[in-house]
Amino acid sequence: MTHLPYILASYGLAGSLAVILSVGAALRLKRDRVKLASLEAARGRSQGGKRA
Amino acid sequence: MNGRTLSATPTLTERAGALFHRYANPGRFLRLGDRIQPWLTWSAVIITLIGLSWGLFFSPADWQQGDSVRIMYVHVPCAWLSSSGYFALAVCSVLSLVWKHPLADLAAVEIGPVGACVTATCLATGSLWGKPMWGTWWVWDARLTSVLVLFFLYLGHIALIHAFDDQQRGYRAAAILALAGAVDLPIIKFSVQWWNTLHQPASITLTGAPTMSQTMLWPLLISTLGFTLGFAAIVVARLRAGVMESRIRSLLSSPRRASSGEASA
Repeated sequence: MTHLPYILASYGLAGSLAVILSVGAALRLKRDRVKLASLEAARGRSQGGKRA
Repeated sequence: MNGRTLSATPTLTERAGALFHRYANPGRFLRLGDRIQPWLTWSAVIITLIGLSWGLFFSPADWQQGDSVRIMYVHVPCAWLSSSGYFALAVCSVLSLVWKHPLADLAAVEIGPVGACVTATCLATGSLWGKPMWGTWWVWDARLTSVLVLFFLYLGHIALIHAFDDQQRGYRAAAILALAGAVDLPIIKFSVQWWNTLHQPASITLTGAPTMSQTMLWPLLISTLGFTLGFAAIVVARLRAGVMESRIRSLLSSPRRASSGEASA
């Protein structure tokens, strides 16, 4: 197992990349969902106000 | 009469355009994305774990390379994804340039960085495999160099998209670059046949039987499937976020437009 550091580095690199990309995508999705919901709620309120 | 008959019969291009435009509706895409995202994500996690555990702990060591052959279960899926990701980018470019598909531009924006990361990992794991086997981290071999060019094409695509104030111009320039750069894909594929390279030739081809043992082939195929599903899951998640961000931008700009319209009136 003299090549163990190279093997661990390869798997570690691929694993870290997968975690970074997927966590980044999940956080971005969560942030955008919250922001879009708040904007649509505000828009709904303003349209309701205009109609009234 | 003839003109009416011609316009009534849709051409193949029009039919294909209608099919693509059916999924151009961002709301429809978000609903579809919501449904497929958990399936894609969890199947990617499970299949990748099975493939990598099999490759790392249960597949045999190579008689020449020893245990370092286990790097193959990470390196080969990354190599496959770097090329197929760029192919997807080229398809998005065609959809954008020919049919002006609105999601194709957003998909190209999201595929680029993921593809660049996967290509960088392919190059890095290749170096980590090359050092113990070849005695060097890097050689200016045709396969390695053409994959490095692919990495630069990904970086160029990302840079070009953000290089213009007018977003549409950026999309168009990046789509042209993606299409021109697609010529690198056959060069990568056939580099090991056209030139005398240090990199080994393909072990799995469409026309012949695989030249590797079944005990190594199965974990490799399973890892590749898992990585592909993972790539798709990340791109779909980023694309959903991209669609939401475009909706947010239009919501934020609409009151401004309304107020500027009132001012000019």
